[in-house]
Amino acid sequence: MMDIIVFSLMGLGVVFSVIRMFIGPNLCDRVVSLDTLNMIVIGIIVVLAVVFKSELYLDIAIVYSILAFLETIVFVRYLEGKKDGNS
Amino acid sequence: MKYFTTFITLLLVYLLLAGFQVNEVILGSVLSVILTVILTKYVDYKIDILFPIRFLKFLFIYIPVFIYKLVLANLDVARRVLSFKIPLNPGIVKVKTDIKGDLGKLTLANSITLTPGTLSIDVEDDVIYVHAIDVKGKNKKEHSKNIAGTFEKILGGIFK
Amino acid sequence: MEIVSYIFLIIGGLFFLLGGLGVLRMPDTFNRIQAGTKATTLGVFSTLIGVAFANPDWIAKVIVIIVFVAISNPIGSSAIAKAIYNSKNVPGNLVIDELKERGEDNDNDVV
Repeated sequence: MMDIIVFSLMGLGVVFSVIRMFIGPNLCDRVVSLDTLNMIVIGIIVVLAVVFKSELYLDIAIVYSILAFLETIVFVRYLEGKKDGNS
Repeated sequence: MKYFTTFITLLLVYLLLAGFQVNEVILGSVLSVILTVILTKYVDYKIDILFPIRFLKFLFIYIPVFIYKLVLANLDVARRVLSFKIPLNPGIVKVKTDIKGDLGKLTLANSITLTPGTLSIDVEDDVIYVHAIDVKGKNKKEHSKNIAGTFEKILGGIFK
Repeated sequence: MEIVSYIFLIIGGLFFLLGGLGVLRMPDTFNRIQAGTKATTLGVFSTLIGVAFANPDWIAKVIVIIVFVAISNPIGSSAIAKAIYNSKNVPGNLVIDELKERGEDNDNDVV
């Protein structure tokens, strides 16, 4: 019962940020909403660890957070490099 | 000394991730020695005799203030998001800091990002450019004091 | 113990919802970054504290995730903001912009 409340709150957050990702006026807004979405997904994985009572989900959350940070940095390099070619 | 602290940090992270057992301690020690030899030329921090006092100060003074400011920031965001017409007065201001050292500046910039209504954009030598959601104050000195005053006082005692 | 854990999890869910709503409702890009970063950072903290109350054996990994998120999330959003400023997509509603005149007059007016 309580799980349903928590997951529905997080699911609404995912829905809002996905809507922003679709209607974002330019590429920067889409990168911002992707960053928010990654953090919400980390929260969902952590709550899954409580629901299924398995410690492996915390390892998945650690790896996912590292990948999310690298993904943000890669998009930032792309946004900066699109202006003037090098750097 | 630098080798030793790098080794301790790596071993602590490994043990927190893997659990405290005898074979994990042995494997973690071997891996930490290898990584220490590779990584030591990239790290530069000094450590002296006052480090435990500064660490305790960081843990018991900085962290509670940080949590309090973070909760305050979220209530501020909630007030702005849930109000019908969003109150805005944004601008980019310049904040001058006295803290030397990369780690101190990183901590200050992160603290500014997570406090109410501010977002640090860029760090140059001793100047942090901050996007503020609501610019208060008349001149540049008041901007600096409004944004970074509390944290700079606390962090100035910890990182020189 | 379980009740406290679920209270923290529901608070975390509320802050995630607030982050999504902030990203959707704010009018320009920098304000979207602010709302998203603050709300989701506190959401991750609160959710992980709830997990640590549910199973106290997992507290080591919870501390590792909290420290990593607390360091990496503000750095990521600050890097996005810098890239947006450098790519000339600055929103036009700034009342003051001191980043524009850097390199010109950095001698007298900063006290």
